[in-house]
Amino acid sequence: MKTILKTEGLNKEYQLGGFPRNVTIRALNNINIAVESDEPAIISVVGESGSGKTTLAKVILRLVQPSSGAVTVADHLVAGKWARPDRTDFLRTVQPIFQNPFEAFSRYRTVDAYLYETATRVAQLGKAQAVAAMEEALSVVGLEYKDVRGKYPNQFSGGELQRASVARALIPRPSLIIADEPVSMIDASRRLIIINLFLALKQEYKTSLVYITHDLATAYYISDYTVVMNHGTVVEFGEAKQVLQNPQHEYTRLLLSSIPSLDHKWTEEIATDAKYS
Amino acid sequence: MIKLDNVVAAYTTQRGQVNAVEGIDLQIPDSIIMGIAGESGCGKSTLMKVIYGDIGFPLALSAGSVDYGFNNDRGQPVTSKNIQKEWFKRISYIPQSSMSSLNPVVRIRHQFTDYPATSKRKAETLERVRTFIQKLGLPPEAIDAYPHQLSGGMRQRIMVAMATFLNPEIILADEPTTALDVVVQKDILILLMELQKEMKNTIIFVSHDMGVHYQLTDRMMIMYAGKAVEYANTADIFVEPLHPYTLMLTSSLPTIGDDRARAGLPGSPPSLWEPPQGCRFAPRCPLATDLCRMAEPPLVEHRPGRFSACHYAESVPQLKETIRNAPRLSDVARDPAKLIADVESALKLDEALETATRVQEPAR
Amino acid sequence: MKESVALRHGVQVKPRIAPGWPRLRPKLNRRLYIGLSIIAVFILGSFLLPLLNSVDPAEQGTYLKNLPLSSKHLLGTNALGQDIFWFLVTAIRNSLLLGLGVSLAVTLISTFLGLSAGFIGGWYERIVVIFMDTFITIPVLPILIVVGALVRGNTSFAVVGVILVCFGWAWSARTIRSMALSLREREFVNMARFSGASTMDIIYREIFPYVYAYMVVGFINTILFAINTEAALAVIGLSKVQVPTLGSIIFWALNYNALMIGQTAWIMAPIAATVVLFLGLFLTSTGYNQLFAERRGVS
Repeated sequence: MKTILKTEGLNKEYQLGGFPRNVTIRALNNINIAVESDEPAIISVVGESGSGKTTLAKVILRLVQPSSGAVTVADHLVAGKWARPDRTDFLRTVQPIFQNPFEAFSRYRTVDAYLYETATRVAQLGKAQAVAAMEEALSVVGLEYKDVRGKYPNQFSGGELQRASVARALIPRPSLIIADEPVSMIDASRRLIIINLFLALKQEYKTSLVYITHDLATAYYISDYTVVMNHGTVVEFGEAKQVLQNPQHEYTRLLLSSIPSLDHKWTEEIATDAKYS
Repeated sequence: MIKLDNVVAAYTTQRGQVNAVEGIDLQIPDSIIMGIAGESGCGKSTLMKVIYGDIGFPLALSAGSVDYGFNNDRGQPVTSKNIQKEWFKRISYIPQSSMSSLNPVVRIRHQFTDYPATSKRKAETLERVRTFIQKLGLPPEAIDAYPHQLSGGMRQRIMVAMATFLNPEIILADEPTTALDVVVQKDILILLMELQKEMKNTIIFVSHDMGVHYQLTDRMMIMYAGKAVEYANTADIFVEPLHPYTLMLTSSLPTIGDDRARAGLPGSPPSLWEPPQGCRFAPRCPLATDLCRMAEPPLVEHRPGRFSACHYAESVPQLKETIRNAPRLSDVARDPAKLIADVESALKLDEALETATRVQEPAR
Repeated sequence: MKESVALRHGVQVKPRIAPGWPRLRPKLNRRLYIGLSIIAVFILGSFLLPLLNSVDPAEQGTYLKNLPLSSKHLLGTNALGQDIFWFLVTAIRNSLLLGLGVSLAVTLISTFLGLSAGFIGGWYERIVVIFMDTFITIPVLPILIVVGALVRGNTSFAVVGVILVCFGWAWSARTIRSMALSLREREFVNMARFSGASTMDIIYREIFPYVYAYMVVGFINTILFAINTEAALAVIGLSKVQVPTLGSIIFWALNYNALMIGQTAWIMAPIAATVVLFLGLFLTSTGYNQLFAERRGVS
């Protein structure tokens, strides 16, 4: 059984303010999750803002050092006291997709510059092979090389730019992609294009995905496992369908009942629930 | 009854004039919650601005008018020309971001006494406000605080309080809960519903979130590329939509417990600089024929109270059936090659509206 | 459809050969045109015209004193027997040289220190910041006056330049450092990291383009600062007044009461030249500012 993602006793504290009025903020509080499987898996991390899900992503991506604890990805130890991962090796194992595609690309560089750079430096391909790899990754997401060549980010729509971002993450064939709210800035009717794409990637390229979102419905649609976070703590973890249909923790139930869903109306709740009298 | 009479709103930009809203012609009954739904660039925020009367360069009401259905103090009917005088008294506005709307360097109570209707009677107004906000679940001392001292949810409740305490006839809410977490969102939306039931005024609510519309609104209008494509009771819109875009919008939402495969809508809305001849949705519509591409369908009352701008409105229920019988997600081969075919038409670059301020879907 | 996209912002977007280089095809706006023209006239005039003149304009007593304007002496002569026009031309050249030299040095130093301090951080940044803050808080003019009084005209022109560089680099460096600090947190820097870029790559390819606009404008403003301060010192008599610069002409003209003896050209010409030169520099600086703002698009 391969370890897709494992965190052990993960903590992250921030100190705010100066002496003597400094405050300690626990962004991550003893996070213990383990997903081990021979097949790739999609793990969703759900929670409200301030729950720590973005901090968790940053720790896995090694953009932030944890205060204590360890993180293992694809059998490599990537964070923690004894972690000394080789940089290129790490970049070939884990790749990110960020929330705002317009922030993820620099205004002054063309979009294909990033793809080319990834192909030559991370995947370490020669020039011709790099272009071939770029074309393949772009075709998976439904774009063509001529559509991105020489173009700057402000010439794309949000959805296309995000797909280019996914293509870039695919080039080195990572085992794990961390996607932090990848579709929240895209129109609702077009989100599924990218979400279905993630499913296709899991099937064809055997890429696992950590999908961070506040949208429980898409989390249900696509994920195998779900982690529910609240104020830096994991309140519930298990198979997605189980957690989201049969929640054990009160917070999960609160979250699920607050979603404006199409299967029951709040007006009925108001009539019956004493809270709203 | 609010009457929108062929409203056309245009932005003047460096490239010329572009119509963000084209020919909206409908009547909104009183004392309901009316929802305006659509995606980014469809013109719903512009329409809100027009209805509120916040029309200034570069936005202009190039044609049509809005009749609000009540008379002002002098007995004249209120239309887009004199609606500005009724701001906060008879019509008010709840903006999306409370943090940008509250002056960060003054206490909140100063903002309540800032407009002509209340500035003469400050003490009396503040007493009324303190009692009023308790109904919204806020402590009376909340208005003595600075905006940054309150949480996002509390601030948005203050915005709701500001918009409702003079009991206006019409309240416009432009994505008021989009920036909030789901739990807080539910509380504020329920609050709005209860206030409306009590005050019996009309709330016009704009959102891109169809789930919120389902919970909150009585009647809904769906907009696409500056045009109204469907207008009916919310229940009908979700149970039996009469426009393919509405159907696509409602069926592209995953729901917990529903394991069917779903597809996004490939392609993108047309450029408002060169809108296509004929129906604007035709390039992406599964039911489109040559008729659709040549002749623009008018907004027609296909069933009593249910309007749709589609030549094939009657075929939409059948399309819905097909979608309903979609296979389970786990059974469908999530094959990249098939996916490519699905998104083929999205290769064309987007040409969404460019206005003086970039219109983008708000981030959560 | 592709054409209309390329013309979207009214700027032709030509695909670059090397992926990633910033666009360098500006459409100059009117301000920039006028400003650059003025500066071009000054530069070409002051560097090329002296080639036509064989006489050393700084030598006193070459001509008869206080001659009025004529075709031989375009601006007349002054009380020292120098031809005002040729003296002015040399003066402009020297002032420009000083300005350009100081500005180049200042821009290079402040950009390098600011970017590296902001991006790399750590103890390196702390030491640099201490230096920056020290130099910023030292008041420039009083120190220069004191130094000038001590050496009283015995300094060389180059020393004046070095002193100007010492006092000019700190402010820009600080601004560039804070720009680098905020840019460091932007998402595209992380994206570049995951695309395999090294720290140097990131500073050069990701951060620098954002700083470039500020640097160009800062360069021009420093020219203004340098010429201005030198002129101020010369008027007081603390620079090397034997060397013709815009400031030293005014110094000599004031000393000899040019207005009183009717040699208005002697004092008005350098003042007019300074004003026009500064106008040119200012227009260029704000013109570039406008250009960069337009190029960035609506943000």
